[in-house]
Amino acid sequence: MITITTPLDKKTVSSLKAGDLVRISGIIYTARDAAHKKLIELVNEGKSLPFDLTDQIIYYAGPCPAKPGMVIGPAGPTTSGRMDAYAPKLIELGLTGMIGKGQRSNEVIEAMKKHGAVYFGATGGAAALIANSIKSQETVAFPELGTEAIRKLVVEDFPAVVLIDSYGSNLYESGRKKYKR
Amino acid sequence: MREIFVSEIIDTVEKLCMDANYYLNKDIRDALEKSLVTEESEICRAVLKELVENANVASNLQVPMCQDTGMAVVFAEVGQDVHITGGNLTEAINEGVRRGYEKGYLRKSVVEDPLIRTNTGDNTPAIIHYNIVDGDFLRIILLPKGFGSENMSALKMLKPSDGIEGIKKFVIETVSTAGPNPCPPIVVGVGVGGTMEMAAILAKKALLREVDKRSDTNHIRDLEIELLDEINKLGIGPAGLGGRTTAFAVNIEVYPTHIAGLPVAVNISCHATRHREAVI
Repeated sequence: MITITTPLDKKTVSSLKAGDLVRISGIIYTARDAAHKKLIELVNEGKSLPFDLTDQIIYYAGPCPAKPGMVIGPAGPTTSGRMDAYAPKLIELGLTGMIGKGQRSNEVIEAMKKHGAVYFGATGGAAALIANSIKSQETVAFPELGTEAIRKLVVEDFPAVVLIDSYGSNLYESGRKKYKR
Repeated sequence: MREIFVSEIIDTVEKLCMDANYYLNKDIRDALEKSLVTEESEICRAVLKELVENANVASNLQVPMCQDTGMAVVFAEVGQDVHITGGNLTEAINEGVRRGYEKGYLRKSVVEDPLIRTNTGDNTPAIIHYNIVDGDFLRIILLPKGFGSENMSALKMLKPSDGIEGIKKFVIETVSTAGPNPCPPIVVGVGVGGTMEMAAILAKKALLREVDKRSDTNHIRDLEIELLDEINKLGIGPAGLGGRTTAFAVNIEVYPTHIAGLPVAVNISCHATRHREAVI
């Protein structure tokens, strides 16, 4: 088990290999479909982003509302592929980590290899369990998007696996190959 | 003629929304436990353990198992000797969804216009399928459908000459392409026959059958077993990390169709495959 403390620097990125089990602690940001669309609009308009992407991790998630007394509602990963149209630009701007589930496009993987970024997987559907590792949340942009707003999360031992590393090795492909009959 | 007041329908739907999202159905829990024994991949066994633990946390805290609490799909069987009083049935179902998603701290995931995409804020409208049946009862089945798996579903109008081999090829292709996206181990609902929309509804309905129950029709049962076996040879595995347990079940529902057609719909559902029902 590898422990990672954010920010996720390039040295750590290059040390991670597909299949590595990790526990992430520190600050990560949630963003999904609508927030990505808005981030890219800001980039295209030459405006500054709500947070500096350098060495940051984006978690593709839109949590449930928190019950009274809870930090956050269940917050598992959403399907990453819907962010593929936007991710290469964010990687180019300094993003070093993404957490989600599901396949990524070749364009995303090429950007990860070129600029140095890692794609982590969290277990899809384990949202109630994952919420236990989220210690605080604060909305930092686009509150009008509700569940899709950008949230700054402080996480402790957030469980993840390296799905695709910065060399392009892909656990989905190698794992499936191993068990295909 | 039996009267059912809308308030009873609202309360029932409200509870179904919460229960379906908080509590894993027994057939799925059993399938998870079983696959913990049979799964060969160590990392996938760890995933399966997480899913069991997640179900325990969700039921203990009464929170949703998954943050995607879905679009509410409702199958309503309306006995023809029932008279709904105090309001409109469709509005009552939507009001139940509205209250269930608000009171249950469930995520509101529905957007008003599919292109403008403004959240309706209360997870309505529901997708409601009505069926008029004999009797003086109202059966409501609620299936909160997440879109991680819904997005990986597909429909194809096969030719009659494509036959059973064509169906197999299409189902396996659809599951293979979906890969890790729909949160495997999945349940595969297949609708064969009818018209285009009927096949899709049958595929959705197929997800309501317990994963340990096979079709009553011999050749369909054989097809379900064969397809499950083929799917579990794909190697996708829990969370798509490479393993043996890609699907818990293939459930196939059929309906008469046209001499010229063989519609096939594949509706994929995640490992939670949530549904609850109540009879009023």
